[in-house]
Amino acid sequence: MSTHNSALAAACALGLFSSAALADTPNLGKVITPEEVAPWDISISPDGTGLPPGSGTPKQGEAVYASKCIACHGEKGAGKPNDALVGGIGSLGGDKPAMKTVGSFWPYATTIFDYVRRAMPYNESKTLTNDELYAVAAYILQLNGLIGENETMNAQTLPKVRMPNRDGFVTFVPAKPK
Amino acid sequence: MGHRKSKGATIDADVVAGNGLLDRRVFLGGAAMAAATGGITFPDTAAGGPLPVESWMKTPGAPFVPYGQPSEYENKVVRTFTTVPGTTGTGASRTPHHLLNGMITPNGLHFERHHSGIPDINPDAHRLVIHGLVKRSLVFTLDELTRYPMESRIAFIECGGNGQLLYQKEPAQVGVQQMQGQVSCAEWTGVKLAALLQEAGVDPKAKWILAEGADAAGMSRSLPLAEIMQDALIALYQNGERVRPANGYPMRLLLPGFEGNMNVKWLRRIKLTEGPTMTKDETSKYTITMPDGKSLQFVFPQEGKSVITRPSPGLTMKEPGVYEITGLAWSGYGKIAKVEISVDGGKSWAPAALQEPVLSKALTRFRMAWRWNGGPAVLQSRATDDIGYVQPTREKMIADRGSRTIYHSNAVTTWGVSEKGEVKHVYA
Repeated sequence: MSTHNSALAAACALGLFSSAALADTPNLGKVITPEEVAPWDISISPDGTGLPPGSGTPKQGEAVYASKCIACHGEKGAGKPNDALVGGIGSLGGDKPAMKTVGSFWPYATTIFDYVRRAMPYNESKTLTNDELYAVAAYILQLNGLIGENETMNAQTLPKVRMPNRDGFVTFVPAKPK
Repeated sequence: MGHRKSKGATIDADVVAGNGLLDRRVFLGGAAMAAATGGITFPDTAAGGPLPVESWMKTPGAPFVPYGQPSEYENKVVRTFTTVPGTTGTGASRTPHHLLNGMITPNGLHFERHHSGIPDINPDAHRLVIHGLVKRSLVFTLDELTRYPMESRIAFIECGGNGQLLYQKEPAQVGVQQMQGQVSCAEWTGVKLAALLQEAGVDPKAKWILAEGADAAGMSRSLPLAEIMQDALIALYQNGERVRPANGYPMRLLLPGFEGNMNVKWLRRIKLTEGPTMTKDETSKYTITMPDGKSLQFVFPQEGKSVITRPSPGLTMKEPGVYEITGLAWSGYGKIAKVEISVDGGKSWAPAALQEPVLSKALTRFRMAWRWNGGPAVLQSRATDDIGYVQPTREKMIADRGSRTIYHSNAVTTWGVSEKGEVKHVYA
């Protein structure tokens, strides 16, 4: 594709053209409302945008964890047979192997809610209630010592949890032409 | 290269680097031309014996079948796979590059990486939604998308974790399939993402998109809008047929040159956003943890790389003689410009022939001639792409990035050949 065409495609996509241009496209998509998209609109931004109503505490989360998570992630998130969720804080640099867990490595607490909601429990994803999701996120955070036993996680409190590795990421810079 | 030397009774005049590496043109018509002009001496060769008339030459063959399969004699040309504990469909499978040739990977042998198995998607029920920072949110059926103008693109897809065994301290005793089998190349045909975004009308505030799959993991990645706009394709076809279930049926995102995981399969949703969503697979996974504990994030391009597929472990060389060294090279930055081969552990190098067509962000087949004298040899290939990026040695890769990661290993892979002709993975 020529540079000219690329620029054209980009300009079109960025909405820089008038609606006259749209008449030349197939235009077969159906308009859909936010309410209709809602069942699929499950991604959560790091600032908490997208978090639903509901709440949960570590104690409530412990019960969810015991019935839905422990078989794969072990007692208190220690891992085995699958990923450990707890521990390893401070292990990322140095000579010993890095222990990457939710506590030691994940930069945003919102990602716990996002990921557990979309992908967990492994055999029945997208089945936990919002209260269960906040509760199990609270439990994992509390096991990592990042919130207290009596703290409640909800749409306001979860994004405010400061993860230890929040500043541990650097954006990759691709190679430049020589 | 300069003018061609006249040939005598031997092709040793074509030696271009240490330990018997021959000029890349030896296999490209040079020997045949020399033979036609009578300039070559034919070596003594064992007698062939009388030709049998086999049963299949005398009786009618098998009936038609609706969908063809490889010969039953090729039943060892298969993917190998490893799964996450407690699962049957989560993990990765690998292409048997040591048993293939050319640049296109057959659909049934394309590598896979699944985060929650292969979904059984009814194409009539599948939907693609575009929403977020757009003037109007749109939903498309597969039938509707199939009516759009399409483009084809031959492109490699490589898992961000391909080649990770090179980070190990000791050379893993595996072959090219286990080492480098998570890269494949196909002709992908589909609808430009830009065309659909144009119809939705992108809000100027949108700088990223979230792409999400319809699999049970809802695999999702954030992609920078400006960087993907030119090339991003919603692929509906793979090597001419509908995308295979394992590769995203009925539709996947294709981002030529970018990390495999970003080419979201079973694509169901594209949300335009101001910033990245920071999903699990762009924070806790697919980031490169450096020696100081900081991690490189959003490592989009699969950088320049190559591997010799033949000879390679498992393909024992039976006797001294002339062999073709062949393999694959690719770069997420563009076209392969040069592949150099060494058979003396990197002491001397010579350029291989690049098989046409050489396409940007596609697998490129390279070929080289080698007279193996029956002694030990150390085989390496080193790719350079058209932005001048040179594939690093393993030593340099680990010096630059350490070995606290499993991702984006693009270092030179080394095969050691013993006096018995056995080939094994070694560090040079």
